[in-house]
Amino acid sequence: MPQPAVAADDPSPSIPPTPAVGRSVPRKDAAEKVSGEAKYVDDLTLPGMLWGRTVRSTVPRARIKAVRLCFDTAGFTVVDHTDIPGRNVVALIEEDQPFLAAGEVRHIAEPILLLAHEDRDTLMAAKVEIDYEILPPVLDMLASTEALKRLSIDKGDLEAGFAEADLVLEGEYRTGSQEHVYIETNGMIAVPEPDGGITLMGSLQCPYYVHKAIKPLMDLPGDRVRIVQAETGGGFGGKEEYPSLIAGHAALLARKSGRPVKIVYDRGEDMWATTKRHPAIVRHRTGVTRDGRLTAMEVDVVMDGGAYVTLSPVVLSRGCIHAAGAYRCDHVRITGRAMRTDTPPNGAFRGFGAPQTLFAVEAHMDRIAEALGMDPVELRERNALRPGDTTATGQEMQEDCAALDVLREAVERTDFHRKREEYRGTGRGIGLSLFFHGSGFTGSGEVRLASRAALEATETGVRILVGSSEIGQGTRTMHAQIVADAMGLPYEQVETALPDTAKVPDSGPTVASRTCMVVGKILQNCAAEMISRLGGLTPMEYARRHGPLVVSQDYVPPGDVKWDDDTYKGEAYAHYGWGCNVAEVEIDPDTFEARCTAFTAVEDVGKAIHPVLVRGQIEGGSAQGIGWALNERVVLVEGAMANATLTNYTIPTTLDTPPMDIVIMERPGKHGPHGAKGVGEMPIDGPAPAVVNAIRHAGLDVREIPATPEVLMAAAPSEEAACASS
Amino acid sequence: MKTALGDLELRQPRTLDEALAMLRDDGPLLPLAGCTDVYVQLEFGVMPARRFMDVSRLRELRGIERMDGGGLRIGAGATYTEIVRAPLVAQRLPMLVAASREVGGVQIQNRGTLGGNVANASPAGDSLPVLAAADAVVVLRSAADGERRVPFTAFHTGYRASVLRPDELIVAFEIPPVEGEQWFRKVGTRAAQAISKVVFAGVKGGPRPRIAIGSVAPTVVRAFRTEEALASGASIEEAQQVFGEEIRPIDDIRSTAEYRRRVAANLLRRWWVGQ
Ligand SMILES: Cc1cc2nc3c(=O)[nH]c(=O)nc-3n(C[C@H](O)[C@H](O)[C@H](O)COP(=O)(O)OP(=O)(O)OC[C@H]3O[C@@H](n4cnc5c(N)ncnc54)[C@H](O)[C@@H]3O)c2cc1C
Repeated sequence: MPQPAVAADDPSPSIPPTPAVGRSVPRKDAAEKVSGEAKYVDDLTLPGMLWGRTVRSTVPRARIKAVRLCFDTAGFTVVDHTDIPGRNVVALIEEDQPFLAAGEVRHIAEPILLLAHEDRDTLMAAKVEIDYEILPPVLDMLASTEALKRLSIDKGDLEAGFAEADLVLEGEYRTGSQEHVYIETNGMIAVPEPDGGITLMGSLQCPYYVHKAIKPLMDLPGDRVRIVQAETGGGFGGKEEYPSLIAGHAALLARKSGRPVKIVYDRGEDMWATTKRHPAIVRHRTGVTRDGRLTAMEVDVVMDGGAYVTLSPVVLSRGCIHAAGAYRCDHVRITGRAMRTDTPPNGAFRGFGAPQTLFAVEAHMDRIAEALGMDPVELRERNALRPGDTTATGQEMQEDCAALDVLREAVERTDFHRKREEYRGTGRGIGLSLFFHGSGFTGSGEVRLASRAALEATETGVRILVGSSEIGQGTRTMHAQIVADAMGLPYEQVETALPDTAKVPDSGPTVASRTCMVVGKILQNCAAEMISRLGGLTPMEYARRHGPLVVSQDYVPPGDVKWDDDTYKGEAYAHYGWGCNVAEVEIDPDTFEARCTAFTAVEDVGKAIHPVLVRGQIEGGSAQGIGWALNERVVLVEGAMANATLTNYTIPTTLDTPPMDIVIMERPGKHGPHGAKGVGEMPIDGPAPAVVNAIRHAGLDVREIPATPEVLMAAAPSEEAACASS
Repeated sequence: MKTALGDLELRQPRTLDEALAMLRDDGPLLPLAGCTDVYVQLEFGVMPARRFMDVSRLRELRGIERMDGGGLRIGAGATYTEIVRAPLVAQRLPMLVAASREVGGVQIQNRGTLGGNVANASPAGDSLPVLAAADAVVVLRSAADGERRVPFTAFHTGYRASVLRPDELIVAFEIPPVEGEQWFRKVGTRAAQAISKVVFAGVKGGPRPRIAIGSVAPTVVRAFRTEEALASGASIEEAQQVFGEEIRPIDDIRSTAEYRRRVAANLLRRWWVGQ
């Protein structure tokens, strides 16, 4: 799109630039990515570089009795836990996970030994034997007695709520694990610096998380650890905390060998060894009056955290806060626990616990409607949160609460009620889900993060200095749009520095749908500060006359957001986005395959800074949600992913993805830039329950995902009845 | 773990005779056609062979021709795309076109060959039930013994095992005229790029019904007893019973024995009884 030309040295451009926000301007990273010029970590080769490899446990729980190197070690660098200069813990929430197993392994694929060699084939061929004393593993979250985190949320008086009910309905809902399948696997290069420091370049979402983890491991001060994000091919949360581990491994090999070391996982290793979505079991007991008013909601959430704490407490917390759904109810108790099992740690994944609990509540709502003989839309309309209502944590909904708006729009444009009638008894079904998603870190998380962003005036415009990463979602573009408009500059005059901890401030992790709402807002504040410092000059003029100018700003917590971590009461999130999904399915009577044939998403994001990118997030998140709902199944055998290949872990192809009708709604929030509330995660909250409710409408009572043909077959009443529906 | 590529050796004969002589005098050499199975095995480090021979440029293996008496001869090196585009196959063996269209995606169809699918001997190979139901004959050739013909149903001897000798190549498949209406159905793990959980080919309305099914036993199953039952007027329920006895499905990471059993029975009904 052509921009009005503004000569860089024209002191008073007569035509103000066309605002960039709200327009689908060309992506900042498009040309480099499309031309193949963008450098991902596996494209980088440094002089003298070695290849690194991770030797991992092949048993879920054991003491390590002996490690034998069955190869000629000439030319090899070998590292085990005794080579660690600092502390052998991955610093995150708790310090329980070692970088390298020291005597004991607690899950399959746990790193034990590191090898490096300059020839990749030689490295791969090196044989290592490990003797174990096998210990009995705990592989089932329900059999585990070790909770990594417990919490409860209480509102009102549950017993009083049940006393008001005409009907009490219970149900148990299960969601499976999910693999991120980012297009680029995990990879990292470590470079030993002459001063004893270390530089890491890799595929990652959160440079400062890696920074935090590497300092204690290498026993180095912050200024001698430098983390640079290479171009990154997707993350979905899978590169939130995991890169700390691979970075630590590369750093240890680089330190010992004195040479740069690259570790890049192949797909099999990436699937077998790295984090996944937490599987969950959610139980509901709900009181409801005959006319459909929710009087009491009791929800119990269990998640499988895997072997180490990693991010399980916060995943559980977000899951629980969303567990009562987008509904008002005076009497609520939500309890949650994340259990330790001897399986690879589960971690961050788009939605962060909310998709699991929203699946449960939305599948449960359709069962309640069925039990009442009520239309599922009517049941939701009756109970949907409205401005002034409070959530389970007692948070009062503001004017931007759009639950009813998204619901009504989706119902109307899909002709939901007509199809609901028409499809009855045909093997087809239509179902919907209503959901919300809190933007930013939970509770006081943003205050603790205390993010910072900066802007630099340069001779060509302004440069954004943030730790936020571009991982394909459009961070660079979106931030540049916000800054361009805040500065009154053309979009082309705004650039973004590479995330490099030596150069950019810590603007917090690129997760939790916070990069637009939270970091974008700080950048807006930076722009205001910069304008006040420029004294009427353009940034270019200022830089030419006085040299570069850098301004930075810290996160300012919104005054009306209060949260109590101990009681789980208050404003859990500054804002919520709202969504309604409608899915249509066709069930093959012979093969029990459920095919999603049409999909509608109406989603309120506050403000679509870049409509095409927002649509991309909604389409992609919906496709990923449909995959999770119907097909993506992590087969765990003895604690190991038995189908760690793209052949057998089947994400949807284009032929499995229905045509999508996407509607972006804008109900601006008070705190984000231009009212933006976040869109990265919300789209994956709604597809699974909408699909399963459509399957229910088609006649099959399914309460777990993935709803594979095998699961549908088990739900089919009998062989004859299944055939008769054709 | 990925096979180290540096250790691999590749021979490139220009004619079939040269290829067969290489196999005899300089074996063992594993033939490579489209490589779509072999690459996967190398990637997963499960390919024992280190020495290979490229047969993709042998003209003698290409081509789709009509035979005297209404039959069809398909070169072992014919790709799925060639099969999909051949009017002759559409006319005489439409169920092979249907099967070819469902193999992998377009890229795989451009490279993958019928000979590779059969020689690879996976019970999930999508063309296998078609060739079994069509009473195809496998034409094999070696430098030592020249040509021999093996009925398709006798070609596979067990899970990933066949009568193919290391000094032999599959040259072609001969398919006698198929009378009756052909039917093919693949039940994969997703809509494309999928390995079959059950794959079924059937012919009815000819002199006798013919049924073959894949992914439900160590080799593709030609269900002769079910055919007989149906030919002699058994009810579909009785035929389903017999069919259930002819297959031996297992649980694996892709599905369950129970699912395969029930879907096999459903497909038999769908094919035989229709709507
Ligand atoms: C992404 C992907 C998707 C796939 N999807 C499907 C699918 O949907 N359905 C399906 O059935 N298969 C599928 N396959 C498997 C594969 O594509 C087929 O089996 C294909 O037909 C193999 O043919 P090729 O020519 O590539 O065989 P190659 O890989 O070249 O060879 C396979 C085997 O056959 C032997 N061989 C090949 N030609 C001859 C010959 N003339 N004589 C003797 N031996 C020979 C080779 O030595 C080797 O052992 C898929 C593979 C991939 C990678």
